[in-house]
Amino acid sequence: MAHDAAIATTHPVSFLEERGRFTGILSWIFSTDHKRIGILYLFSMLAMFLVGATFAFLMRLELIAPGKTIIEPQTYNSFFTLHGVIMIFLFIIPSIPAAFGNFFLPIQIGAKDVAFPRLNLLSWWLYISGAALAIYSLVSGAAPADTGWTFYAPYSIRTGTNVSLTVFAAFVLGFSSILTGVNFITTIHRMRAPGMGWFKMPLFQWALYATGWIQIIATPIVGITLLLVIFERAFGIGVFDPTKGGDPILYQHLFWIYSHPAVYIMILPGMGVISEMIPVFARRTIFGYKFIAFSSLAIAFFGSLVWGHHMFVSGQSYTADVVFSLLTFLVAIPSAIKVFNWVATLYKGSIELESPMLFSLAFIFLFSIGGLTGLMQGALAVNVHIHDTSFIVGHFHYVMFGGTGFAFFGALHYWFPKMFGKMYNRKLAKIAWGFMFVGFNTLYFPLLVIGWMGMPRRYYDYLPQFHTGHLISTIGSWILITGILLVLYNLGRALIKGEKAGQNPWGGATLEWQTSTPPPLENFEKIPEVNRDPYDFRGIAVQ
Amino acid sequence: MTDFLSLQRSIPLTKSIAIRKTWRRSLQMVGTTEFAVAKHSDYTGAKIGMWLFLFTELLLFGGMFVLYSVYRYKYAHDFHIAAYELNQLMGAINTVILLTSSLTMALSIAALQRANRKLSNIFLIITIVLGVLFLVNKYFEWSAKIEHGIYPNSPLLARSFNNGETLFFGLYYAMTGLHGLHVVIGIGILTFMLYFINRQPTTQFAIEPAQVDELRGSQLKIEDRQGRKLWDGATIGNSVRRISITFKHYATDETFDRTNITKLENSGLYWHLVDIIWIFLFPLFYLIT
Ligand code: HEM
Ligand SMILES: [Cu+2]
Repeated sequence: MAHDAAIATTHPVSFLEERGRFTGILSWIFSTDHKRIGILYLFSMLAMFLVGATFAFLMRLELIAPGKTIIEPQTYNSFFTLHGVIMIFLFIIPSIPAAFGNFFLPIQIGAKDVAFPRLNLLSWWLYISGAALAIYSLVSGAAPADTGWTFYAPYSIRTGTNVSLTVFAAFVLGFSSILTGVNFITTIHRMRAPGMGWFKMPLFQWALYATGWIQIIATPIVGITLLLVIFERAFGIGVFDPTKGGDPILYQHLFWIYSHPAVYIMILPGMGVISEMIPVFARRTIFGYKFIAFSSLAIAFFGSLVWGHHMFVSGQSYTADVVFSLLTFLVAIPSAIKVFNWVATLYKGSIELESPMLFSLAFIFLFSIGGLTGLMQGALAVNVHIHDTSFIVGHFHYVMFGGTGFAFFGALHYWFPKMFGKMYNRKLAKIAWGFMFVGFNTLYFPLLVIGWMGMPRRYYDYLPQFHTGHLISTIGSWILITGILLVLYNLGRALIKGEKAGQNPWGGATLEWQTSTPPPLENFEKIPEVNRDPYDFRGIAVQ
Repeated sequence: MTDFLSLQRSIPLTKSIAIRKTWRRSLQMVGTTEFAVAKHSDYTGAKIGMWLFLFTELLLFGGMFVLYSVYRYKYAHDFHIAAYELNQLMGAINTVILLTSSLTMALSIAALQRANRKLSNIFLIITIVLGVLFLVNKYFEWSAKIEHGIYPNSPLLARSFNNGETLFFGLYYAMTGLHGLHVVIGIGILTFMLYFINRQPTTQFAIEPAQVDELRGSQLKIEDRQGRKLWDGATIGNSVRRISITFKHYATDETFDRTNITKLENSGLYWHLVDIIWIFLFPLFYLIT
């Protein structure tokens, strides 16, 4: 049987080497392979992240001292708007689902691809078009948008800046997000491998599933709201225009009906990857699997009912205030359940402090600060005091960047070897993490403090008593950005000349670690039969 | 045991296709396995995806219905008055047109399910024509309004209409405009379907990588029923990862690509959705006076 032997030893061809209809860049931008699409998203998002971070860096530099430092006030307004738009719509919302979800959703459930591969490619094209429009809106028109990423009416329908195009970009991105959600939900329903029951699914899948539902339920609302802003600007239909009898508060309602759930689109996938990494690096099965799974759905559900907590001072009725405040406190319960479960998983585990684990631990810490400050804002009386101060800026960066952002970088370190077949310098990764963690807290903690003291948000200038806080914060931004650049350097170097990564460098038990590295075109040589739990590490060896 | 691997499919092909599996060295025949090669299509999956998408479309309009309800509540009297400006007859005609088109759409699907491609085409074309008629009607309706100076931001609205009436017309244009856009998209989809149903269908067989291993060293051939060789293909060497065989047929009632039925059903769902939205718009704007 010499012939058979020859086959058995041939190395499986990875999706990176596989030759399709096209070569070069075309083999990427026209590929319907979910893995290639995931990588396309990853690179496009990292690029957008760098653009957004550059704006942020310049803003922080401006705020280093009172008065004008480097930019004009109007430029500052455009900067925080574009920073917000880019970070929210182009980075954090698509981040984990579109990059890692695309890559690992099918693999983790033992499928060959997503349910609608061509739709998947279309989503990416829409994403790129949205990104191009957003960038184009920067340089075309009278001036870049200056409304903040929330595009509040009536200012957004009056300002002479390039709001329509920026809003349209967000609309296109929303469409992309909806299609991804439809694709993921269908895939999870229809394409699980034999034996992969709902409760055999890795928790990342549950997170993606819940996220998919929020994407589908919430995104169309913001879609229509943004379209109406464009109609207002172009034709003056009047629905948000007080001079014509329209009600700007309605704009805020419609906007937050999406945008609060959207924060769960941002955080749930992050929680999902944390639930993957913690058991692997604690080498212990996850504590309370079903609690974590169902808390994702609970968050998705309750999170859809709390949008009014953004409008406590906007003049909604007092009853509405109280109800929304109560509901806001309720969402904290499923989130806290997750945190407790992660900590319980760590307890008595044999913890390995690899970089993905460090990012996970940082996530728990930073997300807890973000969550607790969120609870403070949910209390009516406190909210009036800190509304629109840099306390809010501190809070949401703790949740979005400290939470989802750190989960994203954790996931990047966790799955990088599997995606590209290369291993990075593990020690440098830990150092980079250290810079990010220290820089992050130096940057944002002072914002909580000066916000509490009364520093308003979206302000170009400030009173002298806030100087120390701003100075520390700006220094923090330098440390943080050094950390980010180190991460990118380390991974970039690994791509070019990293050593070959094994099939299972961390000893994970989920399906992506059971296939070769990088995975073959159809993910598995043979569709696997699933007969073990995703966090059952018995007999799993590091390879 | 047969000595060839036959690829079976519901559509009868005139020539049987066989991949003869031989050992390369000895050229001796060996027994083969039968491979059931299923075409990659998941009917339920396609339906789930479509319904989810329709759900998002409903929500998209839902946002505007919310605005409508709020302003109707706030400016009940103004809305009442403003509705008199709209032409009920035109609206009614358009309602009949769309309802009929939903019927012809359903008939077209039913015909295709019964493999009657020609009838299906006829109904599909009628549906498209009705869609266009709807738009033409809408065009005349809108231009009449615009001629009378009733359009968003118009001087007339600002001068002699109340806020509530202005909002009524703002919503009227936004909602029927977006609905009209959906009709246009629907017509586009149906036109594509017309093309899909009638183009030369292809069938593709893909052989899984795991199964390709078992076929290594064999050769791809086409023979007729008498075993006469019609075409000799390449040998499946070690470099081959996947095998896919594509057939092109003439589009007849027997051979047209049956996955088009699912596609047509889904297009039909979309068309019905557009119809249903109109069913709500019509009374809300034209009838409640
Ligand atoms: C790279 C490090 C980052 C720095 C130095 C930074 C800094 C800033 C600064 C200075 C502001 C303006 C605050 C104000 O004037 O009120 C801001 C706003 C904002 N940032 Fe960041 N940020 C960073 C990363 C991120 C990330 C990763 C996200 C999203 C996940 C994000 C989301 C936002 C949002 C949504 C706003 C509000 C924009 C608005 O007010 O419309 N930022 N950030
Ligand atoms: Cu919120």
